[in-house]
Amino acid sequence: MTAAWQPPPTTAARWMVIGEWRAHPARLVIGALAIAVGVALGFAVHLVNQTALASFDRAVRTVNGAADLQIRAATPAGFAESLYPRIARTPGVAAASPVVEIVAFASASTTGTANPAPMTLLGLDVLRAAAVTPSLIGLPPDRSSPFDPDAIFLSRAALTAAKKNLGDRITLTAANTSRSFTIAGILANTGNDQAIAVIDIADAQWRFAQLGKLQRIDIRLAQGMNRAAAMAAINARLPADARLVSPENAQASSDSLSRAYRVNLEMLAMVALLTGGFLVYSAQSLSVARRRPQFALLRVLGLRPGALTVQIVLEGAIVGLIGAGLGIAIGYGLADLAVTLLGGDLGGGLLGRGEVHLDFSAPAALVFAMIGIAVAIASSLVPALEAARAKPAIALKNAGDTTDPRHRPAGWPGLVLLGLGGLAALGPPIAELPLLGYAAMALLLAGGVAAMPFLARALLAPLQNLSLPAPLDLALKRLWGAPQQAAVALCGIVASTSLMVAMAVMVSSFRGSVDDWLVQILPSDVYLHIEGAETAGLDPTAQARLAATPGVAKIRFLRQIPLRLAADRAPVILTGQPDPAASIPLIGRTIPVPAGEVAAYISEPMVWLYNLKPGDRMNLPLGGKSRPVFIAGVWRDYARQFGAITLADRDFTALTGDRTRSEAAIDTAPGTDPAKLITALRQRLGPVIGAQAMFAEPRQMRAVALSIFDRSFAITYALEAIAIVIGLVGVAATFSAQTLARTREFGMLRHIGVRRGQIMTMLAAEGALLGIIGVIAGLALGVLMSQVLIHVVNPQSFHWTMDTRIPWPLFAGLAAALTAAAAGTAALAGRRAVSADAIRAVREDW
Amino acid sequence: MTSPPALTVHQLAKSVPGGRRLFHNLDLTVAPGEIVAIMGESGIGKSTLLNLVAGLDSADAGTISIAGQALDDRQDDARTIIRRDHVGFVFQAFHILPHLTLAQNIALPLVLARADTAASLARAITMLANVGLPGRGGDYPAQLSGGELQRIAIARALIHDPALILADEPTGNLDPETAERILSLLTTQVRASSAGLVLVTHSDCAAAIADRVLVLGPTGLTPR
Repeated sequence: MTAAWQPPPTTAARWMVIGEWRAHPARLVIGALAIAVGVALGFAVHLVNQTALASFDRAVRTVNGAADLQIRAATPAGFAESLYPRIARTPGVAAASPVVEIVAFASASTTGTANPAPMTLLGLDVLRAAAVTPSLIGLPPDRSSPFDPDAIFLSRAALTAAKKNLGDRITLTAANTSRSFTIAGILANTGNDQAIAVIDIADAQWRFAQLGKLQRIDIRLAQGMNRAAAMAAINARLPADARLVSPENAQASSDSLSRAYRVNLEMLAMVALLTGGFLVYSAQSLSVARRRPQFALLRVLGLRPGALTVQIVLEGAIVGLIGAGLGIAIGYGLADLAVTLLGGDLGGGLLGRGEVHLDFSAPAALVFAMIGIAVAIASSLVPALEAARAKPAIALKNAGDTTDPRHRPAGWPGLVLLGLGGLAALGPPIAELPLLGYAAMALLLAGGVAAMPFLARALLAPLQNLSLPAPLDLALKRLWGAPQQAAVALCGIVASTSLMVAMAVMVSSFRGSVDDWLVQILPSDVYLHIEGAETAGLDPTAQARLAATPGVAKIRFLRQIPLRLAADRAPVILTGQPDPAASIPLIGRTIPVPAGEVAAYISEPMVWLYNLKPGDRMNLPLGGKSRPVFIAGVWRDYARQFGAITLADRDFTALTGDRTRSEAAIDTAPGTDPAKLITALRQRLGPVIGAQAMFAEPRQMRAVALSIFDRSFAITYALEAIAIVIGLVGVAATFSAQTLARTREFGMLRHIGVRRGQIMTMLAAEGALLGIIGVIAGLALGVLMSQVLIHVVNPQSFHWTMDTRIPWPLFAGLAAALTAAAAGTAALAGRRAVSADAIRAVREDW
Repeated sequence: MTSPPALTVHQLAKSVPGGRRLFHNLDLTVAPGEIVAIMGESGIGKSTLLNLVAGLDSADAGTISIAGQALDDRQDDARTIIRRDHVGFVFQAFHILPHLTLAQNIALPLVLARADTAASLARAITMLANVGLPGRGGDYPAQLSGGELQRIAIARALIHDPALILADEPTGNLDPETAERILSLLTTQVRASSAGLVLVTHSDCAAAIADRVLVLGPTGLTPR
């Protein structure tokens, strides 16, 4: 450490810091609260995300057992069981366990609820599973045989969901078949949050139409075996419709499910922290400006410049430390509340509604506390350096404003930062995250704030020549002559307004685009969805029955199945439907399909995730083979973030051999009552499928979709509101401090005959002018930043695009509210200042 | 062995931005225990001279030594150390920190030099008694009159036994009666400490306490 950066004498630093805070405790509280709010939000969001993810990961591991590797079917239809002996004989494989894995429902009549209880039904070969995934084997409490074909073993979650006890009978429905079992035992080692049922594999294949098929093979490798070599050997034996998945792949896949959503939320929380940082900067700048003569005295009495810098930064660090400590405590409480109210994914709907146990993470708490302290330190650094650079002899004699109105603020630093922000926005995603997009947002924000002195002067310049009443003229001249001070007051409001505007434009654009999309994809009168139809659905006979129902004018059947294209990615959804080109919302150009090729239409996320475009060809792992398809076009899909492929009905059947369908879009005949039609359709489905059938009208579906949208953005709205409140508190604190620092100026004005009311008018005018400038700058900057969110962050995070929509009425209200709040705050702060004795004010030294 | 002069200024020159020359070839020596008053018209450069002597401003030419230690060519940090250890200040506007107690204000030069806090405060209590405010170490500046504040400033200027005290219009904000008492106190305390005192003033009454009265003009300092 050089001598210049030697710390200040401890006693002097302590006296100065404690003395300042004792004299102005509100400033300490506001600064600490600003940091606390940011840290609390960041920590809470992180804690909820990590807890939910850990729970989700636990759930995945529970279903998978503890296998070293897994072979998973590309589709729920599974792969041929003849693969199993080939894998078991592969060098390096110590043991292999064949598994049937299908979605099953405990029927509503047995659960006693309105809806059937879904669970994962595993069919295991007990002897082989014992060597690979022993946690999945159930043992009867009486140590009777686990091979009883009538026996079923449930996890505690499944038992609870089905409202059953040991020894009860339970009816499970899967693959259009219902079968009853006796609950013979509990899966003790599968945790409490996953509904799993285990039966004998032969029974599962025989009873649920899976003969000759497996959905996965769990593998334990031989000890000391080279893992890469074993994986290569296994991969060489795999058919096209099976994928080798390692635990790392599984984790990456589950992580990718919500990664972008989590990162976006954490970034939003950081935005609140950043806004808090601007508030600390405002507070510190004003505090330093007010105490300029005090610091000058310390310099004259022998405090070195470096030590003065350290002392002021130390003040900021202590504010940060207090705020961070408070933030961690509040954050934990918020996380607890959020999990209780919104669920583990904060309403995002990505991780399901499993039971979530909130765990305090000390390392994460430390990281967020350090971020809070770092923001506070960074916010104090600029004022600290300014204070150390000030000439003590001059500062000692200038207790008030030392701004020289002739000095023109430079516009180039702001422009350079804005330009860098623009360049960063053009960058590609890093690790599939829009990190450069976030950097662009931060640079644009910094550029906007840095340009404020220049902008404030530029906006006020045309008003300089107006003939205005004295109070307004004084207010104008003050802001025009001291744009740096105006900028300090403005930075908090500009930061929070611009971020709020950016988010509001993005959310409004997203919501509007989703609404339009829903109208496009839901043209029919009634929709039918068969829940859990991965392994079965409506066979051709059932389809014909439904089509013949009186009141049905036209019915289109669809089939949706998950299709695993890559081991480390979430499965995409493969859809077969009649005439896709006419019924899906295509964007961009479509390419004529070469003769003899199969047309496929991919959703936007496929373009980003699999680097595909119209005119390309791709292979689909279906029916044990790689099926080439030609990409004819791209369609907009807001429902499946991880990609969807649509084929024409006949192509889907030809490639998969699957003639069943899982959805139907129904146009009603004129005069048909949809409710009566739904009842008639349900009757024709029969009791087994009817229990899994869900009917809805487009109006309901739109309402549900938009309510899910609003729920998933609820946390966003809350964070926006907090950012605005922080910004307004910043304005209040800044005005209050600036007004008090100008007590002497007001005393002088009172001496020369300016009435108290006129000073109040002057201050209100200053506040209103600042509010207007802040709103103009915040709106312009916010709309600019929204374009980064819409065209960079969203496509790179969620892989979909949207059309910009600006919520003008909201912004008009926001502008009016902020301007009024700024004027009101300034006038309120002024009341205190002008109430001081005019003579004492003029004589006051500090 | 004789003590070095409290202050030695040799061939000092200073111009203000814009080129106007304030003074050049300025010489001044202040012996330990000597009181020198500097007078002159407003804007002639009295305060600038004081700032140069304090190491708060840089001269165009010439040398300055305080208690035998040259300020010239030293970096700001090193000049700060000399100022901290060897110079005391009394200002027209008192400059007492409002949120520190009177004892803390007085002890500030010692704690800035990293002296023991308890010892510094004990010495500040003694100094308070010396300037006529016994038992008020725990009071805050807001409870004091202008004259009392300047007593605190004098105590602060002397607490670390400086070689040189620089006083810029120390009675400028005080009524004549209070000013007289403050000047008397300053003289007594300075004589007792054997520090040199440079007093910049417009007041003949204030100048009357000096051993020498010099007038600052463009050609330097001349005896009145």
